Amino acid sequence: MPKIIIDGIEFDAPEGWTILDAARFLGIDIPTLCHHDELSPWGGCRLCLVEIGEGKKTKLVSSCTYPVEDGLVVRTATERVIKARKMMLELLISQCPTSKVLQDMAAKMGIEKVRFKPKWEDCIYCGLCVRMCEEQMMAKAIGFVNRGDKIRITTPFDKTSEVCRKCGACMYICPAIVLRCEGAEPKDVLCGGCLNVLQPTCLEVYGEYACWMGLKGECGTCVREEES
Amino acid sequence: MRRITSIADLEALRRKLQEKYRAKKLRIIVCGGTGCRSNRSMEVVEAFKKEIKSLGLENKIDLKVSGCHGFCERGPIVVIHPEQIFYQRVKPEDVPEILERLTRGEVVDRLLYEDPNTGRKIKHVYEIPFYAKQKRIVLSKNGLIDPTSIEDYIATGGYKALAKALQMKPEEIIEEIKRSGLRGRGGAGFPTGKKWEITRMQKSDVKYIVCNCDEGDPGAYMDRSVLEGNPHSVIEGMIIGAYAIGANKGWIYVRYEYPLAVKHATLAVHQARELGLLGENILGSGFSFDIEIVKGAGAFVCGEETALLQSIEGKRPSPRQRPPYPAEKGLFGKPTCINNVKTWANVPYIIERGADWFSSIGTKTSKGTKVFSLVGKVKNSGLVEVPMGITIRELVYDIGGGAPDGKKVKAVQIGGPSGGCIPEELFDLPIDYESLTEVGSMMGSGGVIVMDENTCMVDTAKYFMKFLKDESCGKCVSCREGTQRMYEILSDITEGKASEEDLQLLEELANVVKDASLCGLGQTAPNPVLTTLRYFREEYLAHIREKRCPAGVCKALIKYTIDPEKCTGCDACRINCPVGAITGKPKEPHSIIQEKCIKCGICRDVCKFGAVIVS
Ligand SMILES: Cc1cc2nc3c(=O)[nH]c(=O)nc-3n(C[C@H](O)[C@H](O)[C@H](O)COP(=O)(O)O)c2cc1C
Ligand code: SF4
Ligand code: SF4
Ligand code: SF4
Ligand code: FES
Ligand code: FES
Repeated sequence: MPKIIIDGIEFDAPEGWTILDAARFLGIDIPTLCHHDELSPWGGCRLCLVEIGEGKKTKLVSSCTYPVEDGLVVRTATERVIKARKMMLELLISQCPTSKVLQDMAAKMGIEKVRFKPKWEDCIYCGLCVRMCEEQMMAKAIGFVNRGDKIRITTPFDKTSEVCRKCGACMYICPAIVLRCEGAEPKDVLCGGCLNVLQPTCLEVYGEYACWMGLKGECGTCVREEES
Repeated sequence: MRRITSIADLEALRRKLQEKYRAKKLRIIVCGGTGCRSNRSMEVVEAFKKEIKSLGLENKIDLKVSGCHGFCERGPIVVIHPEQIFYQRVKPEDVPEILERLTRGEVVDRLLYEDPNTGRKIKHVYEIPFYAKQKRIVLSKNGLIDPTSIEDYIATGGYKALAKALQMKPEEIIEEIKRSGLRGRGGAGFPTGKKWEITRMQKSDVKYIVCNCDEGDPGAYMDRSVLEGNPHSVIEGMIIGAYAIGANKGWIYVRYEYPLAVKHATLAVHQARELGLLGENILGSGFSFDIEIVKGAGAFVCGEETALLQSIEGKRPSPRQRPPYPAEKGLFGKPTCINNVKTWANVPYIIERGADWFSSIGTKTSKGTKVFSLVGKVKNSGLVEVPMGITIRELVYDIGGGAPDGKKVKAVQIGGPSGGCIPEELFDLPIDYESLTEVGSMMGSGGVIVMDENTCMVDTAKYFMKFLKDESCGKCVSCREGTQRMYEILSDITEGKASEEDLQLLEELANVVKDASLCGLGQTAPNPVLTTLRYFREEYLAHIREKRCPAGVCKALIKYTIDPEKCTGCDACRINCPVGAITGKPKEPHSIIQEKCIKCGICRDVCKFGAVIVS
């Protein structure tokens, strides 16, 4: 079994595991977005970056794709790692500010401002839907087309797919599809500030009304309290 | 031709072909590379054929169509051997005169190359500064042989290295390549012998090799020229490599946009197969190997090795995590050794002439030669092969002749779109893998773009970023979104809309994109930004603080005006302005209506009195 050191912990990781597998086994938290345990590894969102190597020859790799190998030294939360992860999230959230998943992550990671102009796109090209459709639903109804800034997800030739069973698995897994709380118009790209304050603010805003997001006061989607 | 089954057969065939090759004293070689073809070189060939026939010289003159000679800008090129008389920009009409003079032992003066720096007419290939400092190994037969003829290749010593290699042990070949110090010519410079060894050591009875001729860098055509001009050298290198590695199947991945390279490679594979140099039991050695040619779909990222392998497998070419490296787990999951065209083409020369000879050329860490395509603001542009360790200055001035029109050279971009801009102050830097990386650039595939004082470095960075944002495969957030955002900020800077915070963000983002991306494309994409920031920061600041483009390039920040003192009222500008932005009566000073002007610069180009000023 390959012997690795992860955040100072020596660990005999089973052959075929990724760094992420090992970290999770040891209870080390690494944020992920495009990764799903039941789907093939992708390595696109770059949120699960960790630093490997020692001394001057270290580099960042995506832990969800990097296989464990003997003698590997991993650090999951160095300054370099955090800085890169935050930049990834800033890029993602400016691309698609309406995603609840991204807003929650931003709050958790302590992103305080977004310096890029919002693009208000609906998709972050994480590829989860494509892999879900192909690997779990065995349909292969959708895929990537084009590249660079013209990349899109669609059916072959944009025609209604004959193999699509309308199962909705793609929507189920999509991190962009659940919208952020629209209760009160957030001031800018970021909302999710509610996770940063000790008291949930939705209770005051909505009072006795039902919250369509579910668990009132706990979902952590509400806007930050107005500063007085 | 008859299939040959032993090394002795091959040597016998060679002797026969050499006799034939040497039978005619005079040899006229017309360049049939893509560059010269587009300048009607095939019509020149037809003219030669006709004229030679009508003069009854068929038995005296050997007419050949070769691959690229490297000096495409001067094409169509004709070289007459054995004297090596060099004719440039030859038109079909010139042919009778060339032949008439040739029979009298004279040259056609007006077709000779004139050195732009001295005004001297030069007669021989080897005296032309563009060629004088070159050292040609990979390109040595380009321009000498007919790439569609395996006979030519064999007559000039081809497949000799293969015969030698088949008498060596695979391990000995790998040792020889390791000792030669050959490093990958595809960009990253990984030691080739080591890569072969790793692939050889894998436990698998099926192994593959691949030749990477995707060459997606804009403006680069080194790989194309090698495959077009001397396909057998690549094939010979691949057979030797396959034997050393223990692979029985190879692929040549050529981009679809290179029809001539595809044609010549296909033909060469066919010829080698017919002759028994590919297929079962090569030269009676018991070793079998064959090659298939795959046409690539023309995305820059297809050149990245893992994406390329996906493309051969018929999948979407997205780079994937390495490790596992292709040498461990490559094509169809089998160990696969992938090398660049020029890497493979170096192999026969190393085997034939020995590792010591090869490693005597170059620097401590970078051995042999490197092929560059030298383009941009230089007097002599084209394909050059130089020893590693030559300085940028020698490349730009001695070979390239410096910038035209008396302008000053400002910088070079080395390493393709994601290389780095190196300023003039650093031109004494020797070109090798390490030195280039140290100054923020990279060897890359070998594109060299020369920029003069009229180049805006912010605009340059923006230009490359546009290419990269279009060519990112779109998988990584860092690369896909990062290149788009860098492009956005660079655009804002060139339009005078950016602040110093934006500049800071650009720098921060560039450093993260380099760090966080999955494949080489994203990891190197920030280089043009980071190097221009490192060496030309004051230009960025001029755009941001003073809303001024020092080089007079960025349209939003410049203004065209006419100096009334200098304007003679010749009316040239008014007539040529595409939008009618210039007013003025003949013989009176003209002026430009700023609201209408689209800043195309035509007026400045047509004004003979230098009256149009950019500010
Ligand atoms: C974006 C990108 C494009 C590349 N394009 C090419 C190419 O066109 N030709 C090439 O030989 N290598 C290219 N490479 C490098 C290959 O991935 C690989 O390293 C090379 O083919 C290995 O051969 P070598 O060891 O002979 O250099 C590219 C790499 C990247 C990241
Ligand atoms: S549609 Fe959703 S799941 Fe599919 S790529 Fe876009 S963000 Fe990911
Ligand atoms: S770095 Fe760019 S080109 Fe490479 S895998 Fe990521 S998105 Fe694709
Ligand atoms: S720059 Fe072009 S558009 Fe402007 S005045 Fe001159 S010719 Fe006309
Ligand atoms: S979770 Fe690893 S790159 Fe997205
Ligand atoms: S094509 Fe003729 S010199 Fe390059």
